[in-house]
Amino acid sequence: MRLADVGRFSWRSLSAHPARTLLMVLATSIGVAAVVVLTSLGEGARNFVRNQFVALGTNLIIIFPGHSATAGGFAGVVSGRTSRDLTIDDALSLRRIPGVVRVTPINVVSGEIAFNGRRRDVPMVGTTTELRDVWHLTMAQGDFLPPLDPRDARFLCVIGSTVRREIFGAAPPVGQWVRVGDYRYRVVGAIAPTGNLLGLDIDEVVIVPVAAAQAQFNLPSLLRIAVETHAREDVRRVRSEILRTLRERHNGEEDVTVITEDAVSTTFDAILLALTLAVGGIASISLGVAGILIMNVMLVAVSQRTSEIGLLKAIGASPDQIRLLFFAEAAILSAVGGVVGSILGQFGSLIIRRLYPRLPAFAPPWASVAAFAIAIVTGIVFSLLPARRAARLDPAHALARR
Amino acid sequence: MIRMRGINRFFSVGEEEVRALREVSLAIPAGEYVSIMGPSGSGKSTMLNIIGLLDRPNSGIYELDGEEVSAFFDEQQSRVRREKIGFVFQFFHLIPRLTAAENVELPLVLAGVAPGDRAPRVSGLLAEFGMARRAHHRPDQLSGGERQRVAIARAMVMKPAAILADEPTGNLDQTTGKEVIHLLEELQAKGVAIVLVTHDPAIGGRASRQIHMVDGQIDSDSGGDVA
Repeated sequence: MRLADVGRFSWRSLSAHPARTLLMVLATSIGVAAVVVLTSLGEGARNFVRNQFVALGTNLIIIFPGHSATAGGFAGVVSGRTSRDLTIDDALSLRRIPGVVRVTPINVVSGEIAFNGRRRDVPMVGTTTELRDVWHLTMAQGDFLPPLDPRDARFLCVIGSTVRREIFGAAPPVGQWVRVGDYRYRVVGAIAPTGNLLGLDIDEVVIVPVAAAQAQFNLPSLLRIAVETHAREDVRRVRSEILRTLRERHNGEEDVTVITEDAVSTTFDAILLALTLAVGGIASISLGVAGILIMNVMLVAVSQRTSEIGLLKAIGASPDQIRLLFFAEAAILSAVGGVVGSILGQFGSLIIRRLYPRLPAFAPPWASVAAFAIAIVTGIVFSLLPARRAARLDPAHALARR
Repeated sequence: MIRMRGINRFFSVGEEEVRALREVSLAIPAGEYVSIMGPSGSGKSTMLNIIGLLDRPNSGIYELDGEEVSAFFDEQQSRVRREKIGFVFQFFHLIPRLTAAENVELPLVLAGVAPGDRAPRVSGLLAEFGMARRAHHRPDQLSGGERQRVAIARAMVMKPAAILADEPTGNLDQTTGKEVIHLLEELQAKGVAIVLVTHDPAIGGRASRQIHMVDGQIDSDSGGDVA
């Protein structure tokens, strides 16, 4: 029997039952579409996070107080001490390490900013002038924090674009005095709309000199120190020098955690890839369900078409040919379902991209291919049983019925 | 052409064993016109199924053109059915979604004949049977007699040596039934063997050789030439 004839015959028998065929195609295509959409979501999240790190620059080292890598969660409990604070002087000491371009101490606290009776809860970032370059910020109005001695508590502030809109409206903010608690800060600049950076909405923040934040909120320690090296190749060496310098300053104790952009983004990447695989796997269960539906419907079709199968045998169809015809039906069904599902899936991720323009929700090619392949394989695997049943049908018995 | 010796066929119905055929021996030469008659349950349909390789005997030897086809595997039997035997049924067994021409074409499709070679054979046969104008009608648009003509055309399209007809007039009125019998007789005159199973003596009586079956055995055989 010619392949074209097999295809044509199977197509004719599928199109003779449009409702049944449509349902089976629908089941398969929903499964494929689910895999495509969900993996595109996962992949979008992964790319989003990766872009954030890339935006920060790849030659960044971040230092946190406390050591978790070797001491684990018991550091304070066992030694009877909590970790030593990370101070502004610690940060300044790192400036002398060769290869270091910028050192930026960072504190984040929440405060309430007020101006002319308007109030807003904001994250306050205490830092130095270097942060502008580390975070790649552009100014809409005025200047960023001026270069000051980081130990100098000057009450100046730079505000995010949302803060500016909500507090000042259309009025020019630069030169105005805002209140934060009992303190007054002079606005020196406003940041252009920026969006999220590592989970912090830059448009919502108020940035002040680190010493001012520590003085007002009585903060003993920095939240972290960001160190930017001259080149990516310096990161390893600078990292170990940072550890040595801080160990010397902290009486020989290694009580800080130093992470590099590389390590962080790799970790996030791995987590989000696992997430993508997990949601893709869950979605492919629906493909299995579609396969069982196909099997169910085809088993019914075999018993409905008993006399047709008997006739085919009588006019010379071999068991292999009968099996082939049923396989072909399943393959056509799942291929059509796969194509329709892929289109639906691409459409779905397009809608996601429209709804969340910042999320690059593109289905990874491997997921689209895998979904399509799984659809075909399940279709054929689940048609094994019906096809075998059809091929084994006793023709004399099948033809005795009308 | 057909030689059967000591054919037995049993069916178990519940606890009971029904002997549909008992030690039947029969020979049918090429081109013969044979009718098999008998009351229902006499084994005449089982006999036809075994001749047509739709059923296997429990014991006995069946030779077709000198080959012991009863020992063939399923795949080989399919080839024999395809090439040497044409079936005509009481209920026509046309595929409802295919047109008359497509139904006739089906054995050629299964045999892998090229599309270009199929079309002339199909249209030639339909024209010969007076069905040329109905070629593109589906079975539900055809009368009973027309359906049976299409079925006979399908049986003939592979140029078989024998046509096995199981009650071919059972679902037709007398006039159209007669037309169908005449058609079969014309084919027989051209050299195709006809084995006709019927319970109607008026139809069975027309055959040149008449076999009566009772209780799974040949009761009488006007040909008398038992193998």
